[in-house]
Amino acid sequence: MCTTCGCAAGETRIEGEAVDAGDGHWHVHADGTAHSHAPAHPPAGGLRYAPRGAAHGHAHRHADGSVHTHDAAGAAADAGALHYGHGPAGAHAPGMTQARMVQIERDILSKNDGYADANRKRFAEQGIFALNLVSSPGSGKTTLLCRSIEALRERLPIAVVEGDQQTSYDAERIRATGVPALQINTGKGCHLDAHMVGQALRKLAPADDSLLFIENVGNLVCPAAFDLGEAHKVAILSVTEGEDKPLKYPDMFRAATLMLINKVDLLPYVAFDVERAVAHARRVNPALQVIRVSATSGEGFGEWTAWLENGLAAQRAQKQETVAALRRRIAELEALLAGAAR
Amino acid sequence: MHEMALAEGVLQIVEDAAGAQGFARAKIVVLEIGQLSAVEPEAMRFCFDAVARGTLAEGAQLEVIAVPGEGVCLNCHKTVPLAALYDPCPACGGYPVQATGGTEMRVKELEVE
Ligand SMILES: Nc1nc2c(ncn2[C@@H]2O[C@H](COP(=O)(O)OP(=O)(O)OP(=O)(O)O)[C@@H](O)[C@H]2O)c(=O)[nH]1
Ligand SMILES: [Mg+2]
Ligand SMILES: [Zn+2]
Repeated sequence: MCTTCGCAAGETRIEGEAVDAGDGHWHVHADGTAHSHAPAHPPAGGLRYAPRGAAHGHAHRHADGSVHTHDAAGAAADAGALHYGHGPAGAHAPGMTQARMVQIERDILSKNDGYADANRKRFAEQGIFALNLVSSPGSGKTTLLCRSIEALRERLPIAVVEGDQQTSYDAERIRATGVPALQINTGKGCHLDAHMVGQALRKLAPADDSLLFIENVGNLVCPAAFDLGEAHKVAILSVTEGEDKPLKYPDMFRAATLMLINKVDLLPYVAFDVERAVAHARRVNPALQVIRVSATSGEGFGEWTAWLENGLAAQRAQKQETVAALRRRIAELEALLAGAAR
Repeated sequence: MHEMALAEGVLQIVEDAAGAQGFARAKIVVLEIGQLSAVEPEAMRFCFDAVARGTLAEGAQLEVIAVPGEGVCLNCHKTVPLAALYDPCPACGGYPVQATGGTEMRVKELEVE
């Protein structure tokens, strides 16, 4: 369990499917040999995500004292099922008892960042503008998304990935607006990671040139550290939460590009100083952009939807550029070929 | 900060290294944790002990090298030590100070056998 937030790595479900988190188990044989095994295959068509701890590499210790490990990172995917524990087999190290130092110099988040890079590449290739919405629970992420979708769905393709520990209520709320949505349940996990999102993308298959919203688990702490491959994190702070939140939870406001101050329709009823909240947030992140909105009254939505459309236009333009560059390269190669044939 | 997932990240890196370099046990895991990274070393130790159980790093000692925070003051343009992300500049008292060091979370080295 995480002593900071009480969360733990738990089994993750996507659209309620796939339970067995790939928890290898240990067998101890009569001769004292111990093996750990990857679990049986998941149900056909199941998509399961097993966070680390559930699907970690396994060490086998044999009676002769030798140990080999398997790398779970090489989890293989086929036909909608994911198998962990079949990665490239590790090294045998029989009889090694000499202590030695091994230089590592690797970022703790390097695995996640690798998956995030893959997601980001996919977004770039498809011209998808992806946003990671982060906030404390109940600040209005889903309500805001529903209203944004109503405002934009006639003009552009939209898809949504919903992250919550439990239930698919939020995905259902999004689907009711008529756009595709996929629910990830993180179980006891307190944030989405890039691997989960990569799996969700395969299932959701968002359209080229679309706007993709990823609603993270309501939590002002943990999601800050996990890059999902998004173009931007958008932090939502509602006026009922107090203007000190950016100072109390600086990581989230530092990681965000844009802060939406939501529920401004309630400002007459609460002691919330918007200017102070903005000043606090910019102390942590001087470049932070701010838009004031109300997801219930629609105030500020002109500015917010314009921000979204500009971002999407830029992402599409970049894709066009890449395609144009490829076309040019192909033409050059064809000219070369034609020259060689002559 | 989510120390549990980070502890799992550490273990994964140790296991990758075991695969690549062929060692059976990790005895000491040395981390570099920036003062501004908001990782609580104590929480990290607790979580690492939990996730390392039943693995080649079971019982391994976690050593944390704290990297001090550093930033550039956008007010007086000095490079200054920074204890927390939102602290004022120790030189001029102004805001904001853009962090330039002390945000790292890395596995530095291992003692293995
Ligand atoms: N007055 C007012 N209420 C709002 C506004 N936006 C959201 N709410 C209300 O706030 C409550 C929580 O909204 P949600 O959209 O479920 O919040 P969320 O951030 O998605 O919550 P989680 O997914 O559980 O983290 C609901 O009762 C909404 O009706 C707003 O702009 N003004
Ligand atoms: Mg929600
Ligand atoms: Zn200064």
